[in-house]
Amino acid sequence: MSQGKVWKYGDNVNTDVIFPGRYTYQIMTPEEMAGHAMEDLDPAFAAGVKPGDVVLAGKNFGCGSSREQAAACLKAAGVQAVVARSFARIYFRNAINLGLAVLQCDGAVDALENGDEVDVDFARGEIRSARGTFRFLPLPDSVLGIIEAGGLLEYTKKKLAKE
Amino acid sequence: MGVREAPLGKTFSEKILGRKAGKDVQAGEVVSVSPDYILSHDNSAAIIKEFQKLGVAKVRAPGKIVIVLDHIVPAADEKYAQNHKSIREFVAAQGIPNFFDINAGICHQVLPEQGFALPGLVIVGSDSHTPSYGALGAFAAGIGRTETACTWATDEIWLRVPETMRIDLSGRMRPGVFAKDLSLKLIGDRGAEMANYKAVEFAGSAAGDFSVGARLTLANMSAEMGAKNGYFAPDGKTLEWLEGRARAPFTAVASDPDASYESVLAYDLAALEPQIACPHTVDNVKPVSAVAGKRVDQVLIGTCTNGRLEDLEAAAAILRGRKVHPSVRVLVIPASWQVYREALASGALAALVEAGCVVLNSGCGPCLGAHEGLMAAGEVCLSTSNRNFRGRMGHRDSEIYLASPATAAATAVAGEIADPREFS
Repeated sequence: MSQGKVWKYGDNVNTDVIFPGRYTYQIMTPEEMAGHAMEDLDPAFAAGVKPGDVVLAGKNFGCGSSREQAAACLKAAGVQAVVARSFARIYFRNAINLGLAVLQCDGAVDALENGDEVDVDFARGEIRSARGTFRFLPLPDSVLGIIEAGGLLEYTKKKLAKE
Repeated sequence: MGVREAPLGKTFSEKILGRKAGKDVQAGEVVSVSPDYILSHDNSAAIIKEFQKLGVAKVRAPGKIVIVLDHIVPAADEKYAQNHKSIREFVAAQGIPNFFDINAGICHQVLPEQGFALPGLVIVGSDSHTPSYGALGAFAAGIGRTETACTWATDEIWLRVPETMRIDLSGRMRPGVFAKDLSLKLIGDRGAEMANYKAVEFAGSAAGDFSVGARLTLANMSAEMGAKNGYFAPDGKTLEWLEGRARAPFTAVASDPDASYESVLAYDLAALEPQIACPHTVDNVKPVSAVAGKRVDQVLIGTCTNGRLEDLEAAAAILRGRKVHPSVRVLVIPASWQVYREALASGALAALVEAGCVVLNSGCGPCLGAHEGLMAAGEVCLSTSNRNFRGRMGHRDSEIYLASPATAAATAVAGEIADPREFS
């Protein structure tokens, strides 16, 4: 369980504003990627985000391209979870495969505001704040193995080592 | 009574993934499958770096890997040049037979043309417009880089069997209206997440009227509906198109008549008029007539959505014998070298060049904002591509409108957004 501050955005936050396409083919370190996170949506984000903070958004978070940097840059920036009403398909896959928690929780999206302090309790499936406690959908068992291993690379590495 | 012993009919996704998984599957299940092809492009440079972390020397199935350089071709700077070099070296070292260098075209045109995209196959690709191959009856879905690297090593990937949205099409489109207009109308009406996680099946009496090129446009744009894959049941047109192209025997798969659909929409094509997506989201769609007169600085005709021969022909039909407006820059990018050669032979490219268009090498061009025609602050582009997100083609204060090649050509002549039906 850890505590952080909410960064709240709207529906259809796309991969181009999470991580601009102009940087996509310039391979970067995680630190460099974190420095450009959300650049075209919220220029204050990269400088202000702290480890443990939570990105809160509406429907279809991460729509657009398949670029993994859009998940990687938030993880590198220390974001502990993205909480949204729904996620775009490839973003959902990428986030899981990189070990970034993606949680669907309408209650939190409805109630929480920018700057709220929240605790995310993954074990209990709860987001707690001064505005109340909100339960989120647990991730399916079939992908938990990947998250528990710390991402698909580690999961695959272990699997290949066993062969 | 009332208890159904036999399982319900299956959708194409359930059939294709079930056959691959070797068991009966239904929507919602997660299956692990061995894909038929794994696509990547310039991002292979990053995928190689991930692959090298896995501690294995060789990819498991080199013949399944297809790499097409298309995003920044030829390389725009040293960094891109280094990426391309590392990809060529990896391809040689791993013995990957299906590699297409900078003189081939956009992956989503090359895979169909070269006979990789076939009915019934499972194709995954590290590009969000991989669903394009559903136009030919494949199950094709976009995946990320890390999982592409892992799939190179394991020949295995997890996929959730999607629910299916069926779109029943009837009627006939009027002159000046194209598949692109239909895709924009759908997204405008239903929103950019209308098919999130789902398969989209184009069906109904009019689905078969669409050419393979138009089907590729619609399946391509299903990515902008959030879909996992878009699909047309293979028919006579599919088989004719694949004649002499298919690399292997294949079995066409169609949804059962009693398959279970998550939802069914119906559209009458006769009622459709030219559509345009306005800044900065693909679902901000209006009829072209509603924004006619908006001044533009640049027009882009091409990309994996609308860079095929019939698209260039549609643009040429309007630009032939006319001139590009002096205040507009028009970029034309044939989707592949095959299209390039066909458009040379047909006279379409000559007409476009005579009109004042700039023809660029087959590839993604400025669509993703990396090179070849980026926008300055305050500039406006009308593009036949698939995304108009803020900053995608240059400065964050530039604007992108999305429309059909005919609307793009009409706009190029007028210097402002124009309805192509006025130029026939």
